[in-house]
Formats: sequence, C-alpha cells, structure tokens
Amino acid sequence: MSDKVIFDEDGLLRTLKRLAHEIMERNAKLEEISLLGIRTGGAHLARRLQSLIEEISQVKVPLGILDITLYRDDLGGAASQPEVRGTEIDFDINSKIVVLIDDVLFTGRTIRSAIDQVIDFGRPKSIQLAVLVDRGHRELPIRPDFVGKNVPTAREEQVKVELKEEGGKDKVVVRPRANA
Amino acid sequence: MSGRVWKRKDLLGLKDLEAEEIELILDTAESFQEIGNRPIKKVPTLQGRTVVNLFFEPSTRTRISFELAEKRLSADTVNFSTDISSTIKGETVKDTAKNLEALQVSLVIMRHPSSGAPHRLARYLKCGVINAGDGINEHPTQALLDMFTVRQKKGKLKGVKVSFIGDILHSRVARSNIWGLTKLGAEVTVCGPRTLIPRDAEQLGVRVTTNLEEAVDGADVINLLRIQLERQKESFFPSIREYAITYQINRDVLKKAKPDVVIMHPGPVNRGIELSSDVVDGPYSIILDQVTNGLAVRMAVLYLLSGVKS
Amino acid sequence: MKPLSNILIKGSHLIDPASERDGKFDVLIEKGTIKKIAPAIEPQNGIEVLDAGSFHLFPGFIDLHVHFREPGFEQKETILTGCQAALRGGFVACVTMPNTQPPCDNQSVVEHILSKSREVPFRLFPAGTLTRNREGKELSEMADLKRAGAIAVTDDGNWVEDSLLMRRCMEYASMNNLVVITHAEDHRLSADGVMNEGIFSTSYGLKGSPVESEIIAVSRDIELVRLTKADLHVAHISTAGAIELVRRAQKDGLPVTAEVTPHHFSLTDELLETYNTNLKMNPPLRSRADVEAIKKGLKDGTIGMIATDHAPHTEEDKMAEINYAPVGTIGLETAAGVALTELYHKKVLTLAQLAEKFSINPAKRFNLKGYGVIREGALANLTLVDLEEKWTVTKDCLVSKSRNSCFLGAELRGRVKAAFCLGRFWNYA
Repeated sequence: MSDKVIFDEDGLLRTLKRLAHEIMERNAKLEEISLLGIRTGGAHLARRLQSLIEEISQVKVPLGILDITLYRDDLGGAASQPEVRGTEIDFDINSKIVVLIDDVLFTGRTIRSAIDQVIDFGRPKSIQLAVLVDRGHRELPIRPDFVGKNVPTAREEQVKVELKEEGGKDKVVVRPRANA
Repeated sequence: MSGRVWKRKDLLGLKDLEAEEIELILDTAESFQEIGNRPIKKVPTLQGRTVVNLFFEPSTRTRISFELAEKRLSADTVNFSTDISSTIKGETVKDTAKNLEALQVSLVIMRHPSSGAPHRLARYLKCGVINAGDGINEHPTQALLDMFTVRQKKGKLKGVKVSFIGDILHSRVARSNIWGLTKLGAEVTVCGPRTLIPRDAEQLGVRVTTNLEEAVDGADVINLLRIQLERQKESFFPSIREYAITYQINRDVLKKAKPDVVIMHPGPVNRGIELSSDVVDGPYSIILDQVTNGLAVRMAVLYLLSGVKS
Repeated sequence: MKPLSNILIKGSHLIDPASERDGKFDVLIEKGTIKKIAPAIEPQNGIEVLDAGSFHLFPGFIDLHVHFREPGFEQKETILTGCQAALRGGFVACVTMPNTQPPCDNQSVVEHILSKSREVPFRLFPAGTLTRNREGKELSEMADLKRAGAIAVTDDGNWVEDSLLMRRCMEYASMNNLVVITHAEDHRLSADGVMNEGIFSTSYGLKGSPVESEIIAVSRDIELVRLTKADLHVAHISTAGAIELVRRAQKDGLPVTAEVTPHHFSLTDELLETYNTNLKMNPPLRSRADVEAIKKGLKDGTIGMIATDHAPHTEEDKMAEINYAPVGTIGLETAAGVALTELYHKKVLTLAQLAEKFSINPAKRFNLKGYGVIREGALANLTLVDLEEKWTVTKDCLVSKSRNSCFLGAELRGRVKAAFCLGRFWNYA
C-alpha cells in the first residue's frame, strides 16, 4: 500500500485561503482575533494564515505559538519524552477571540492541553479551533470550528503533514502504518 | 535539535554527564524561563506526582528554589529537613529510601553532608534522585544554573574564561562547575589560598593560581565562593582580615578586569569578605539573575527526570 | 569439641621451605599429630584417606592482625565466629588486636581471649596495648601482659604521638621481649580523610588523607628503633615512601619488619567512585604506584608478611554514609584467594615465598613455637589449598559474623580446601 495524497502544494494553499476567509467571516471584528499555532505544524500554518488574513484585509492579527508539552497527560508514558521548545505569547489574550490552529485533529487531547494552557494566560472571550485535517477518532468532546478537510482514516494509519518551513515540499498524505 | 532524549533516572553530578546532556538541560531551561513571566506561573506537568525534598543539612536558598520549581510544575511537595546528628545512629539511608518507596513518591531531592549519599540513595530507589548538594562533592543544579547564566550573558560557553575564587577545596559548587564547564569548552581557573586548593586540581583540566590578579586578568566571568568563617580556626588562613585583603573582589581589583566582566556568587554572600558591598550591588553583579535562572533550570531538570520511564 | 584427627593426606604437593620440601608427599596424622611424611604411605587399619592429589599443603597460615571484637563489640564478631572465619580462610593462628572494650591492657582480657579460643579450639596470640587504655599517655603493664600470654604490644588504631612516651614504650617492651607493632599514622595530618588524598579524592569530592601521614609516622618510629633497638613491626604498610624507609632500616640492620594486607596489594583508591563504605579502611586504599611499590616490597622481602587486618563491622554500621561509616574490611576468608590471584598467578611471588609471608616469617618474627614448619611429631597445623579453583566472593562465602568485605563480587583463582588446626581437621572441600 502506498501513501494517499490529501493535499498537494496548490490544494493546501487553496484550503488555507478558504480557512482564512471563513475565520474572517465568522469573526466580524478582526481586531478581536488572535491566532495561536500549536507547535510544530500548527505554528507554521498559523503564520501562513496570519499573512493570508493580512493580504485580504490589511490587518495584521496577533500571532502566538503554543508548546503544549507541559500540559500533556502522558508524561513518562509516551514512547519518548518530547523536548520542550517554549510558548510565545507576547500579547494580552483577555477578552480576545483566540483561534487555535493545528495541523491534524485526532484524539482531541492536544487541543484539550492547548485550551488548558490558554486559560492559564488569561480569560479569552472565546476559543475557536481551526485544523487542516480532521481524521476522526476523538477521545474527548471536542469539535473544530474550521476544517480544511475531513479525512476518514483507520486508527493505525498516519496522517503526515510536510511543510516548506521544515525544509520539504507542502504535502499532506495518509500513510498505512506498515509503511511508516 | 529534535530527538534529544533524557535517559537518566537520576541527576547526581555533572561528572557523569555527557556534554550533550548538559546542553539538553540548558536548552530545556530556556523554554521554562517564559513561564515565570506568565500571569499564572504554573503548568500542570507534574500534577499528581509527589516530590520529596530531603534535606539533611540546613539550606534556605536551594530548598526554596526547588520547592518553587516543583510547585510551578504542579507537583505535590513534601519537605523533610533534619540535622544529620539525629539520623546518624537511627534510620539509615536505606530505611529512608524504603519508606519513600512505600509512599510512592516520584522524585527525591536530596542534600546531605556526606559525599556520595545521593548516589547510594539512588541505588536503593526505583524513582529518580536529584542531588541538591552532597558533602564537598557536587551540587549539579547550582552549577547548571551558573552555566545557564554565563551562557545567557556571554552568548556561549565555549572559550569563555571563568575564574572561581575562594575555598575550592570544600566547594561542591566549584567541583560541579569544573566538570560542567570544562565539558562544554569553557576555560576554567581556580584561585584561592594554597591551603584551600584540592590536591592535583590541575588534573581536572583547570588552571590553578594563588594570585588573585592572575585569576581576574582576562576573565569573562568571576564566580566567588562563600568563605566559611570556621575555616580560619582550622588554620586554612590566618585571619578573615588577611583573607579579605588578599582575595576580596572589590572595585579596585575590578579595574584590572575586562570591562564586560560579570560577577557571580552562589550565595549567601559574606559582604565585605569575599566580595565588597559595592560590587554585590553594582553593575557587574549578576547574582540575582542566578537566583531567577535557578528556577528555570530546576524546572527543566524536574521535567526531564519525570519523563523517564521507571 | 572436634576430636583429634586420624587421617592420611594422599598425594598433596608439600610447600614447606623450612624443611626444604617442595614436591608430592603423603602425610599421616594420628591423634592430631603428624606421624610420618613420606613420598608414599600405604593406608593401614582402615584410616581415613584424604585424596589431595590436586592440592598443595602449606604450613598453617598465621594472621598477624585481626580484630575479633570480644570483649565489647560482640555484635560485630566474637572470638568463636572470628576463629571460624580464620579456619575457613586457612589460618590456624591469629594475633588479636587490643582495641576491644575494655581494651586488652591487662591480664584478665588476655586470659579471656585465650580461654575463649581454647573452646574452638584455636590458637590466638593476643597483642596487648602499648599504653594504658590505648590513650597514649602512660605505659601499659607490659610485663603482666606478657606473663598472661601477650606476644606483642600495640595501640592499633592509634599512633602514640608523644615521642618520649613511644621511646619509653619501646625500651620497656624490648626489655620484656615484646615486639612493638605500630599503627603508623599521624592523625593530625590525616585529619578526617575518608580515602587516600590525590586526584581521585579530588575528583570524587571526598576528604583525603595523604601518604605522608604514614611516612612521617614510620620515619619517627624507625628513628626511635635506632635509639632503642626495640623490635618494631609496621602494621598494614600501604605507601611507597614508608616501604622505602623500612627497606633502608633493614639495610642498616635495624630490627624492623612490615606486613601488608591483601586489599592494599590488590585494590586502589580509584575504586571509591561508588562511595562503597566497605572500601573505607585505615590506612586507605592507595594509588596504583603504591600498589606497585608494595608488590616490589613483597618480592624483595622488605615486606615479610601478609596480614588481613580483619576488621568486622555490622551491616548497619557500614550502611552509614561514607563520612560516618567506621573503617575496615574483613579479610580472613578471602586472603589466600586474593594472594594466589594477585601474587602467585600474576607471578609476583612463588609458592615458597607465599609460605614465608603467610606462615614462616610471622612464626619467626613473633617467636610462635611449633608454627611455620611441617614437622613429624608436631601437632598438625596445616593449610590445604587448591591453587586453581575459580570462585566469586559472595556474602554466602563469608563465615565471619560481619559481611563487610571489600572483595564482595571479586573473582578469585585459588581457594583454601581444608585446615588442620591443633590436630583437628576442618574440611571445606
């Protein structure tokens, strides 16, 4: 079995543009919005969304990076201890609409960690969630507000997101576990 | 950067660590610094875990720093402080260890007046042990926070000239720093009266001098060690007065130093003895940065050790 | 009590330099007495035969330096358990150190030790104290000690710092034909060191005790021998410098001898890295260079004797942290194995030389009649050894009441298989 391509470079760009539009449509007051990308993939996507929104509206919405490592619920249980890279939020999130951005939505545990962390930084007016791929298999009652694509997967399959920022080409594929 | 994994159950000393492991701790600590600036200076990482601070020797600074680091990581902390004389004939370290094991604690922070005590505790325990100072042997987290602070101020460690001045013989801070700094390529000088320099110190890869001027000349960092006033009674030096005249870092001495030299001290400072008050409070001093950084470094160590599967 | 043995030892290789025997002999023992030594003896009257064809038979080993802790510290060792440990190690006689509680500074303690050892039975030669209560202030009653059975005097564990008093001790001891055993250590200089001072003490963060502490003490004691002509025996010598001083003293014809322990000729200070309290002893394990000097001293005869300094401590005592743990290691059960492994198999000493160090020289030096030779008509005091048996030292191998051996885990080549002590057969095959 080989990789099944979900997005190529063009597809990804089109999808991100659509997501940018949707975020703006949903939130009429742009000055209330801030983007928080979840390390590592989500952070890159958040940066792209920030510039897309700026292109469209000439407004630069604040951007922060979340490292959820310290909020994980599987410390010492994961296959290997993730390295901590730090969270960067240099603006006040109180009364802001925070849009969390991640590449793949799977069990929902990452988003739970991210929400917990956001709340430690203040009391946002609301928290929304934008993901590039929703692959299902939720373990928590979490649902995205903005979805690039719903991709039904088997649990043992992997969704691989490759981005230019990491030195490759933009590409999202579903990979059978055996080939991983 | 990615893929570096901490594998040790314990942090007993820098003597045993590889350069890469020390770097991983320092880099991790950098990520923890930001938590101190948050409105809620706390993350849930160690929620539900118990950390025991086992201090067989009086300590204020190190214990508070560890306790705060533990609390910022949401660990439950238990403090046990005692004078060694009350345990010397009673409970052995092995019994203590078994008790802790029965209480299912996750990490033990230990300070002990005998060198090697945490090493032995670690052998008895399945959970991790962090050495918070053993005898005259090591004080790894202090050295790590010193190295972190040097790296922060000088941008690097390789080639940085660090001079330690004072009682090298009885200093676990100096010993840990020597192991760590030399592994990361810093150039270390130790300086003090001949009576307070350990035997064969040169073989640790450091320059040894009894001349303060030589130690100050060209140094990027001067790290002072607390002089224990009792040492005078043991004939390590004739008087506090003579010690201060010969080895005190003050404004006059610093005239001969590099203009961007920084002054460090593990605390508590004997003002007017190893360090003049104007220097403690002056622009060269980064003593309080050390204290702040100590938190991030200890959080990093707690985090890394907690991730190791037992 | 064990009966006197009747046995024919068949085919063992005798190593008995005193009688110039070095070869296969049969030894017939009747009622505990050596009846006959000959190349081939036929068993008669159904006598028990011990097939010792692959073993070597030595004159019984003597340990000049043991701490049997009785009276006063029976939780660590008793005379009974100490003697049993000695027998397991092939020793048939031991010199007990006087640092008991009360110390062996009067005849009643000497008599107690002797009467307890007769119950085994075993032969102990007590050393009395050099000064009263081992305090280094007044002479002990040496004549009385001698009459009661002491064969030497020492304040082992303490060095007599007062040179005038030491001079008097030497003069008074020599008048009484007592050998003075010195624990040579300048205590002020060694201070609270827990290991040898050097790069390893610096690197492990442990307080060091410099070799000079021993060298200074040996030096003074030798000069006092020059003055008094007393018989001086340096206990557990451990430093190249002190060995050199003894060598020169012997060249000058002074009556100075020295012993070394198995741990000092086989282990170095580098091992303290684990903070193992069983490696904390006094004198401490020294450097590689010192170990080489010790081997040279053993080879050229400067160090004439091997003694264990068997120093039992309970597990609880040794569980304390290294700064607080008491000093000492037990050594009786492992001494022969370590000596064979480190000295014989590594070609430092011959078997004849080992017989000298373990038996002949101690017997001569302390005038222990009936020891150090295998002679027809004498009560059997013999040590039977397998030179080749490979074994690992575990707690189960130890007979002593305490288990604080610095050799736990060591792999040895050579082991004691039996001992004949005062005509009784102790079989460990």
